Amino acid sequence: MVDLLAGLLPPFVWRLIVIVVQIVAIVLPLLIAVAYLTYAERKVIGAMQLRKGPNTVGPLGLLQPMADGLKLFVKETVLPTNSNPVIFIGAPMLTFFLALVAWAVIPFDQGMVLADINVGILYIFAISSMGVYGIVMAGWASNSKYAFLGGLRSAAQMVSYEVSIGFVLISVLLTVGSLNLSDVVLAQKKMWFIIPHLPMFFIFLISGLAETNRSPFDLPEAEAELVAGYNVEYSAMAFALFFLGEYANMLLMGAMTSILFLGGWLPLFDIAPFNMIPGPLWLFLKICFVMFIFLWVRATFPRYRYDQLMRLGWKVFLPFSLIWLVLTASVLTAFGWLPNQG
Amino acid sequence: MFTALIFYMFSAIVVGAGVMVISARNPVNSVLWLILAFFNSAGLFLLLGAEFLAMVLVVVYVGAVAVLFLFVVMMLDINQVQFREGFLQYLPTGALIAVVLLVELLAMVGGWAFAPDVEALIRAPTPTIDQATNIVALGKLIYTNYVYMFQASGLILLVAMIGTILLTHRSRTGVRKQVIADQVARTAKSAVLRKVQSGRGI
Repeated sequence: MVDLLAGLLPPFVWRLIVIVVQIVAIVLPLLIAVAYLTYAERKVIGAMQLRKGPNTVGPLGLLQPMADGLKLFVKETVLPTNSNPVIFIGAPMLTFFLALVAWAVIPFDQGMVLADINVGILYIFAISSMGVYGIVMAGWASNSKYAFLGGLRSAAQMVSYEVSIGFVLISVLLTVGSLNLSDVVLAQKKMWFIIPHLPMFFIFLISGLAETNRSPFDLPEAEAELVAGYNVEYSAMAFALFFLGEYANMLLMGAMTSILFLGGWLPLFDIAPFNMIPGPLWLFLKICFVMFIFLWVRATFPRYRYDQLMRLGWKVFLPFSLIWLVLTASVLTAFGWLPNQG
Repeated sequence: MFTALIFYMFSAIVVGAGVMVISARNPVNSVLWLILAFFNSAGLFLLLGAEFLAMVLVVVYVGAVAVLFLFVVMMLDINQVQFREGFLQYLPTGALIAVVLLVELLAMVGGWAFAPDVEALIRAPTPTIDQATNIVALGKLIYTNYVYMFQASGLILLVAMIGTILLTHRSRTGVRKQVIADQVARTAKSAVLRKVQSGRGI
């Protein structure tokens, strides 16, 4: 049947169809995962605060995310009077688009990747560095003080933490000798990078929290001072797009942490009960683990003060990751462990 | 054919966005058009097979430089009418620069046409694409033949950075700053403890 269809259509059209199907196969589970991440967040934080969390809609409250989505879907989109309508509508779309498009290079298993490009790490870095525009544009176009302040804070914060994320990425890719994400995972067959690069793992995780505007670095949307930050003027689907984009970015951070430090799709040990579990499931479990840390942090730590946030980024993480990069390069050269590629 | 179509799409958007950068009334819109131009130039690099340059263009220009532009422009309180006033005055200078750039570009194209082996000379030190990806090729060139120039450009950036800090930094007096080391170094003895009577306050 498939061969027959492939024969009928010109090869170009056929390839296009295959790619579209692959994209849907990535985006659909991703959106479901985003929906249930919000559910997991409320349940986990509920448990940590001795509450029950959502438990009314559906069995165990499992339909709660659907109900929330439906609510946002049927609400009215409000355009503030003096806003810039094109940018105002464009900002959430950009955020959502960027959150999805980064998943194109994430390898779910050996060869199971939409675009196996040789600059995968840089691509992710480029896309995540563009994520700030959605928030800044939203803050500016809303024509509101709170939204504007939220947008500015977010811009400064994301640019600061991107620098140390960059150095962490360079340390890892020095050890791998390739920017392809599949190569990064395969290089961890003997030892996950969390062991040699343990401090970098923590820096990456914390910078990831700052990069995705998560608590304790959620200053752009600090309720106490900015009402809700950059998205205060947004309602209905426009708000939902921000929300989905933000959670998809969190999942992306989880996936990146898993791929860079926790061995991606590789099993914990390469022995019988572990290597029978398929690769994508391993990746899923690792992402769940990182997501749990994200939620755990949110339930545990109070919000950072803004100057402390900047101090942590520029005066602690940046020098430390720079020193670690030099150390990595020195150790690799001294012991002759430099990967020989190309 | 398909590649040519995509090339024309990218270059048309770059040129269109470039025109919009200088003609947009609102400076914030100008910066956003500039970002669109950067992004599509990255697309052109991708078409050339220079994926490293494309990604670096997006990371550096879109992800960092333009964010700072936007950051500054958003906070400026610009009177848009005043902003346009000197337009005709600056036009001759702008046109002159444009002519210089055009002549240089034409000279480049001329060099291409008159000396066909120029391209071969440029390509000589780089291995072909099937031997090494262009990141590896670039790294092998930059860190061997051109290492001094690479270091020199790094030094220039460092000097620029120090200069900027020196020019903008002013030490203000009377500002309370948090010194983390002092806080951490405090002991129970150096802490000030006071008994507060109820209903009195300090």
